[in-house]
Amino acid sequence: MSTESHSNSAKSDLTPIVKLSAVNKHYGPLHVLQNINLEVTKGEVVVVLGPSGSGKSTLCRTINRLETIDTGSIEIDGKVLPEEGKMLANLRADVGMVFQSFNLFAHKSILENVTLGPIKVKGMKKAEADKLALSLLERVGVANQKDKLPAQLSGGQQQRVAIARALAMRPKVMLFDEPTSALDPEMINEVLDTMVGLAKEGMTMIVVTHEMGFARKAADRVIFMADGQIVEEATPQQFFTNPQSARAKDFLGKLITN
Amino acid sequence: MENYLSLFTEYNIPAAFWVNIQLTFWAAIGAMVLGTILAMMRISPVRSFVTFGAGYVNIIRNTPLTIILLFGVLALYNQLGFTLAADFNQNFFNLAVMGLAIYHAAFVCEAIRSGVNTVPVGQAEAARAIGLSFLPAAREVILPQALRGSIVPLGNVLIALIKNSTVAAVSSVAIEASSVMKTMLEFRGDMIIPIFATFAVGFVIIIIPVGLLTTWLSKKLAVAR
Repeated sequence: MSTESHSNSAKSDLTPIVKLSAVNKHYGPLHVLQNINLEVTKGEVVVVLGPSGSGKSTLCRTINRLETIDTGSIEIDGKVLPEEGKMLANLRADVGMVFQSFNLFAHKSILENVTLGPIKVKGMKKAEADKLALSLLERVGVANQKDKLPAQLSGGQQQRVAIARALAMRPKVMLFDEPTSALDPEMINEVLDTMVGLAKEGMTMIVVTHEMGFARKAADRVIFMADGQIVEEATPQQFFTNPQSARAKDFLGKLITN
Repeated sequence: MENYLSLFTEYNIPAAFWVNIQLTFWAAIGAMVLGTILAMMRISPVRSFVTFGAGYVNIIRNTPLTIILLFGVLALYNQLGFTLAADFNQNFFNLAVMGLAIYHAAFVCEAIRSGVNTVPVGQAEAARAIGLSFLPAAREVILPQALRGSIVPLGNVLIALIKNSTVAAVSSVAIEASSVMKTMLEFRGDMIIPIFATFAVGFVIIIIPVGLLTTWLSKKLAVAR
């Protein structure tokens, strides 16, 4: 989380936190990312929408190199993502990631899930890490579950712990890869509310989601992807009321009729 | 019956089994350490480590244990003068432990790799995403879950190791169970079948608890997902 709290729209610092330049990626014959250019500035909340198979999750995962890219470059806060090793690990620590399937460490308690990164990556003392973790768990509303194992929590609670785990590294940007897609409907809002809270506090966020409500409420910019390309970029207001491309109109039309 | 019981006064059968248990104990520790290192090499991102690990497993696993143990005594000790202890008998014991550990490490490696396959790929991704590099991710996230997922196959390796400890007879560990049995068979031709049965039952008694323990442990330590 950023140290100073500023509103969503304030974008005084224009150095991009994330910058993708001419990124291409293939899965065999499938050209899954086609010449992607994207800049995300500090404090900006970018929501990536698109039909399944459009490459939006892949895009999200390339940003901390969980997926490699074929050509192009990805920069985090001005530094090009290294290929492997210690440098890559250090850069990943600056990029928080929240997965669709939560991926909490199944053998560790909730508290240990959050303190592992600060202790092992940042060399924080255990007492200090515990304090940090507790305050973050408090913030996402699951501090009372701190001694349980992930499997004992509901999906919504697990995902909020996953957000706290990412926040514990004090990342420069947070990536959300369909964070509510594996949740029961009644748990989606508790996670979205946490994310809206983060957005309001000025966290830089890239969110792949199907939750149009979140895009409307919290996004500064919507990116619409189809067939591995960025088809449209607009403010949520523009995108939902006046989409330009046929693909986007088709996509939104299907959502509304459902 | 009296005839049978005389076997136990003439020969120290429990002591013979005790040697096998000691061989197993030390070899199991060695195999576990070496096998874990090999498994980590095989899942590491470093290609030369992967190749080495795969090469080790494929060569050692496919070599008969008898040959490995004989190599230790005849080649390493006799030819090259390699010793692991000043004491004559202790040296043979240590060579046997070394051979057993080297051989079973290949199987431990594969058992742990099967455990690694029980860990969802998302666990490794989450570990990497918070900035852990390979070794800390393996130590903190992957191995603890993989070991808990590989208790049963590791138990099978231990069971094989207990029985294979009798092959130490070929590396001149003359006081272990199968050597003692051979001596007994030579001198007590009247009791051949009871002697065989005694040693067979002895191993079954030692091994059954291992199977029960590993089944129990694998349930108790299973990672809830």
